[in-house]
Amino acid sequence: MKTYTRPLDLKNGRVDMSHGSGGRAMAQLIDELFARHFANDILAEQGDGAVLPAQTGLNGGRLVMATDSHVVSPLFFAGGDIGCLSVHGTINDVAMMGARPLYLSAGFILEEGFALADLERIVASMAAAAREAGVPIVTGDTKVVEAGKGDGVFITTTGVGVMPEGIDLKASNIKVGDKILVSGMLGDHGVAIMSQRENLTFETTIQSDTAALHTLVAAMLESVPTLHALRDPTRGGLAAVLNEFAHACGHGMVIREAAIPVRSEVAAACELLGLDPLYVANEGKLVAYCAAADADALLAAMRSHPLGRDAAIIGEVIADEHAFVQMETAFGGRRMVDWLNGEQLPRIC
Amino acid sequence: MKYIAEFRDGELARGLAKTIAATVNPAREYRLMEFCGGHTHAISRYGLQDLLPANVRLIHGPGCPVCVLPIGRIDSAIALAIQHDVILCTYADTLRVPASGGLSLLKAKAQGADIRMVYSGADALRIAQDNPSRAVVFFAIGFETTTPPTAAIILQAQRLQLANFSVLCNHVLTPAAMVHIMESQQDPAAVAIDGFVGPAHVSTVIGSGQYEGFVARYQRPVVIAGFEPLDVMQAILMLIQQINAGRTEVENEFTRAVTREGNRKAQGLCEQVFELRDTFDWRGLGEVPHSALKIRAEFAQFDAELRYQIDYLKVPDHKACACAAILRGHKRPADCKVFGTVCTPDHPLGACMVSSEGACAAHYTYGRFRV
Repeated sequence: MKTYTRPLDLKNGRVDMSHGSGGRAMAQLIDELFARHFANDILAEQGDGAVLPAQTGLNGGRLVMATDSHVVSPLFFAGGDIGCLSVHGTINDVAMMGARPLYLSAGFILEEGFALADLERIVASMAAAAREAGVPIVTGDTKVVEAGKGDGVFITTTGVGVMPEGIDLKASNIKVGDKILVSGMLGDHGVAIMSQRENLTFETTIQSDTAALHTLVAAMLESVPTLHALRDPTRGGLAAVLNEFAHACGHGMVIREAAIPVRSEVAAACELLGLDPLYVANEGKLVAYCAAADADALLAAMRSHPLGRDAAIIGEVIADEHAFVQMETAFGGRRMVDWLNGEQLPRIC
Repeated sequence: MKYIAEFRDGELARGLAKTIAATVNPAREYRLMEFCGGHTHAISRYGLQDLLPANVRLIHGPGCPVCVLPIGRIDSAIALAIQHDVILCTYADTLRVPASGGLSLLKAKAQGADIRMVYSGADALRIAQDNPSRAVVFFAIGFETTTPPTAAIILQAQRLQLANFSVLCNHVLTPAAMVHIMESQQDPAAVAIDGFVGPAHVSTVIGSGQYEGFVARYQRPVVIAGFEPLDVMQAILMLIQQINAGRTEVENEFTRAVTREGNRKAQGLCEQVFELRDTFDWRGLGEVPHSALKIRAEFAQFDAELRYQIDYLKVPDHKACACAAILRGHKRPADCKVFGTVCTPDHPLGACMVSSEGACAAHYTYGRFRV
């Protein structure tokens, strides 16, 4: 006799403690929500872990693994949501190593009372992002915490990828004279988020730039296989990446303010909020270092990819024992671009 | 970004730089104090010093309201939030200012105090309306620029008969601090400042006329300047021209916003709600007479100081800190023993390192490659 199970109420239902208890309710949530949206052969095995096919033709290449937790607030923002962000973020971390991302895992921490309709929107968005990127979510986990002990939903994704033989991207490759490139307009994500935070009644049309960058990276590596280093300027923005690399490679850097691509709407919003676009987060941009001789070819490769249309050479690496990051201002002076001090808070006057 | 980019034009800046270079007398030094944190920020952020001749030295003044807020005042705010369980609303840049006992408003928040960042006092008023069962205190700081909005919300709270709202008033006055700097030596003529770049936003409220007495008494030129880098360059040129000609006058570079009378309506609001304090403790400068405002007795119900019977406890500045000398132009940030070592923007000891507009923080964040 076939037993009847009431389907998950994805319209009006809410997450409750039973969804994380390991019982029937949890199995149902996994079946009717996660497995349905993330559907793929590996996930369908429903094992405790994912069995991944052996990688052929690796030829001395190596595996790359990266993990990233996502706690963004608000969960839904102009241009994206925590779901697609959690897919893009980890794909990008794998891609910044020069690797081709293959598989993702997803861990969910849900807060009791969270609307299942919102959860489905998030899961559908993750599934769409994974599909579009060609990187399936092959294993996962769900936990539920009591109301008040989470912020709706937290998502941790882990990605694995393969790095072809000969690719070696790291800070210690960076040499004096290297050119510094960015892949496009900076600050979109941070401003889109800031403009939507509660108690900041501020309207903009700026959309988050959240995007998976692995195909851009592949195009760049095809053009310049000897690329020195890559990093995506997420929290802390461009300034953080430049300082991290300067600190790690021991050289100074000089960037030119006039060459840094920033949308006028973003510049205006930053002006109003007392923020500096150099420190504002991005979720679909990268910073690249290459030998000066390769810079034009790399720039051309970036600009011919849709996610690198606004790419620009913004500066170069210089000899400086202090490993300071400096900027030639559009005004004509020079100043340091230091690490962000604490959280970037608006100024009052 | 129309009407902003024009004031940051690199080509105009180079032209002005040439004129300044041609105008200075190479035989002398020009020691110019920009009073406001807004100017300090513009100078540092745009690398303006690089466009000036070596004998034009900019001294960063005490006009950063966050920097000069004394530790004891922040201690009071923290006590309100923790002991009296109020919702404490504050401007963002006061959150990190170090208080006693290793605390700050940000750390108190992490300990469970209900501290909320607002962009204006009106937001605090709204929070009070939305939370009628909670006491809400607006931690009001700033010079004459932020004072009229505070007056306006106190009047509005009175109209709304908002019983759960009050203001912890820390508003300070610019002219009094300028006088204090000139009086810091027995002979004001010996003060190592040749001219002042006068406040921008403050002057829109108080008017350029407010500096006339100061200029006459201390014989130092004041040129009021906007906060954009070209404004500051132009004001520097005007100061150099006055100094070369032996003139001491109030001049106004910021005519697009500042008049001689200032904003009469804003002045009226402040007059109605606030009165002068006999004295006020400034971080870095110490006690400065008649330099701050308190809420008038008729608005006592909105005065958090009275309502919560706050006794101000003075906390001395750190012994090794050279802020007092730096804020008066006697020392430069790099002359301080603790600059960049134990005193950094992450762990500020003194007033000048507290906010990004402080003299030391600006030098550390934007200019230390020059050291």
